[in-house]
Amino acid sequence: MNFELSEEQTMMADAVKKFVTNASPVTRFRALRGTETGWDPKAWATMGEQGWLAVSFPEAHGGYGGTFIDNALILEQLGRGLVPEPYIASVVLAGALISRLGSQAQVDTFLAPMLEGRTSLALAYAEKQSRYELADCETTATRSAGGYVLRGTKLWVLNGHAADTVVVAARTSGTSRDKAGLSLFVVDGDAPGLERTRVHGMDGQSTALLKFNGVEVGADRLLGAEGAALEHLEWAIDRGAAAACAEAQGELAELLTLTVEYIKQRKQFGRAIGSFQVLQHRAADMFAEVELCKGMMILAALQVDDDADKRKVAISSAKVQLQTGGWFVQENSVQLFGGIAVTDEQDVGLYFKRVRVLQGLFGDADYHVDRYQSLPSFEGEAL
Amino acid sequence: MDMSFTPEQNAFRDEVRAWIVKALPENLRHKADNGGHFEHEEILEWHKILAAKGWAAPHWPKEVGGTGWDVAQRHIFGEELIRASAPPLSPFGLTMVGPLIIQFGTDEQKKRFLPRILAGEEIWCQGYSEPNAGSDLASLQLRADKDGDDYILNGQKTWTTYAQYADWIFVLARTNATGKQQEGISFLLADIKNTPGIEVKPFLTTGGTPAFSETWFDNARIPQANRVGPENKGWTMAKALLGHERTSIGGVAETARWLSIIRRIARDTLVGGKPLMEDSAFRRRLAKVEIRYRTVGMANMRTLAAAQLGHAPGPESSILKIAGTELQQEATELAMDALGHNAMGWFDSPTEAMPEYQLWLASNFNYLRAATIYGGSNEIQKNIISKMILGLPQA
Repeated sequence: MNFELSEEQTMMADAVKKFVTNASPVTRFRALRGTETGWDPKAWATMGEQGWLAVSFPEAHGGYGGTFIDNALILEQLGRGLVPEPYIASVVLAGALISRLGSQAQVDTFLAPMLEGRTSLALAYAEKQSRYELADCETTATRSAGGYVLRGTKLWVLNGHAADTVVVAARTSGTSRDKAGLSLFVVDGDAPGLERTRVHGMDGQSTALLKFNGVEVGADRLLGAEGAALEHLEWAIDRGAAAACAEAQGELAELLTLTVEYIKQRKQFGRAIGSFQVLQHRAADMFAEVELCKGMMILAALQVDDDADKRKVAISSAKVQLQTGGWFVQENSVQLFGGIAVTDEQDVGLYFKRVRVLQGLFGDADYHVDRYQSLPSFEGEAL
Repeated sequence: MDMSFTPEQNAFRDEVRAWIVKALPENLRHKADNGGHFEHEEILEWHKILAAKGWAAPHWPKEVGGTGWDVAQRHIFGEELIRASAPPLSPFGLTMVGPLIIQFGTDEQKKRFLPRILAGEEIWCQGYSEPNAGSDLASLQLRADKDGDDYILNGQKTWTTYAQYADWIFVLARTNATGKQQEGISFLLADIKNTPGIEVKPFLTTGGTPAFSETWFDNARIPQANRVGPENKGWTMAKALLGHERTSIGGVAETARWLSIIRRIARDTLVGGKPLMEDSAFRRRLAKVEIRYRTVGMANMRTLAAAQLGHAPGPESSILKIAGTELQQEATELAMDALGHNAMGWFDSPTEAMPEYQLWLASNFNYLRAATIYGGSNEIQKNIISKMILGLPQA
């Protein structure tokens, strides 16, 4: 048991922090949020050059053999500047699945260029009716002479509007909600029959609605074994949840800092409002929740690769804390700022919205409380 | 970073678990399996068993009778004690004054006090609060006037937990009435049983037990050699001690025990002919409390791991006190709700009315309302965070 960072990890986190402070403060996000892509390929390439996209992948796949902790440390810093590049979509979700399940050819073709920041990826799994249930998949992949034909609609695809390559979940057998019969396919972003519609998000970032109108893919585009994708998809989405906790950690810490600085200088009734005990105690509670979130972010990051039951206990616990404790920080940062917090000009609202989006991704608190109580370990003791 | 246990640590866990099973005498085992309410003599019996094994104070340095275990081992040991529902030892010597004497005491004080704390030969209590000095502790009035080599104590302490069982008391006393309040306090040790002029009057709590006492000092004479740290530096001593206390006062380990009792109640209690444990609303509620337990537990582990590396617990430990005690209360509230009618019972109810393991729950539920008040009320902890960590301006 050890919570200290290695020297390399400390240096890397410092480098990301410097990047955010100097090259990607919130003003960069503000400038990008109205644009077509919503993020900057040049910044993405820089992140690739720095090794931040490759760090957690095995050396055989062109990575540095790190762990998810490295991803979490990077995301925490990116969150501070609301950096909009598709780290979660490319690295944490689609990239990790290709590395886990892909053939050497698939890794070379689809993963390697992303690690260098030359391409970006997306994972398409959610559908209109699915909510958070990954097996609830109506998109189908039917066998054809050359491979498979994909039909169906995916929603809320992070970076789906810009990705060069999309990993998509489709049913090769069974009916909707069957646990067996799910398969993953690697599809080109510009494949004929793939219709992409950009969907603006509350947080100023974009997702996409993807229509697969009979998209033909070769048999070499099947990722992993046919019909056996569910456990891997669950694994990837749990990484997404751990990543959401990590990115949100940076945003929550920033919200606390902004709020404390503000109540120190804002004067009413002839004195700084931060001298009022009711606000001091609120701020103290916010501090406590930020620290409690931090512990759970670490726990989640440490256990993403543990056995499924242990992993789910950790991830679900962390995700619940993000939406209970984290929400307390969000709502009170706005409350303590007062009216100006609901103006677009203030950064508070931007952080508020981004964290709320992360809370709803990869299973919200209700979903995770329910999943937690359905795990076999819940019948045992808490220890 | 790493959360997993090594094969050596897992072997250590097996060793500790096996030893506890063997070492816990039959009379204590019966109580452990039936709610875990222990009388003072029973706690002392277990203290002496642990001391004979050398495991009474795992967190002390090895030179003074600690185990030399690292944080992970101490954590494992703590978990195993909870798993076995072993009697919880009195914290006032082992966790509070002991570490303070180790840190600031003279060699004579270390020699005189530490071995007896360790052995369970001398039990301690705490004399901090006074009737007019609660949250505003620095305004305390117990006077310690110098007379030759002695101090003469006059005044009153209250909330002296289990003082009726104690051999010694550590007190904060006023040695200087001028200047800043915090700078006129000294940290003194008094023989509560044998010093003429000290009188202990226990009073009943809402839990139905005499857990607290008032302690009166009427020209009680104690040697100046029983002062820990320099004169008028008692406030600094108290703050150092609070740091030691706050990591344990959150009661994370006790909450784990409550969660296990709640599960037992939920398995034993029928709702519409089915165990409460199968009720989906109840399961979600239990899941939420348990997730909060994991969250506070993780914060506790981070503090312990930092302590292992030599970082003294700072004001951050206030978080553990606040979140830990709120959680402890939430767990007791859930237990009461799970009990239904049985929550009406009391520790002397007949076992035809309710099973033995449930008898003390209502008492503990009541007693633990004090958790958010003692050890520096949670509101005081928030003052500490806003001043020491957030740097917010004084009112």
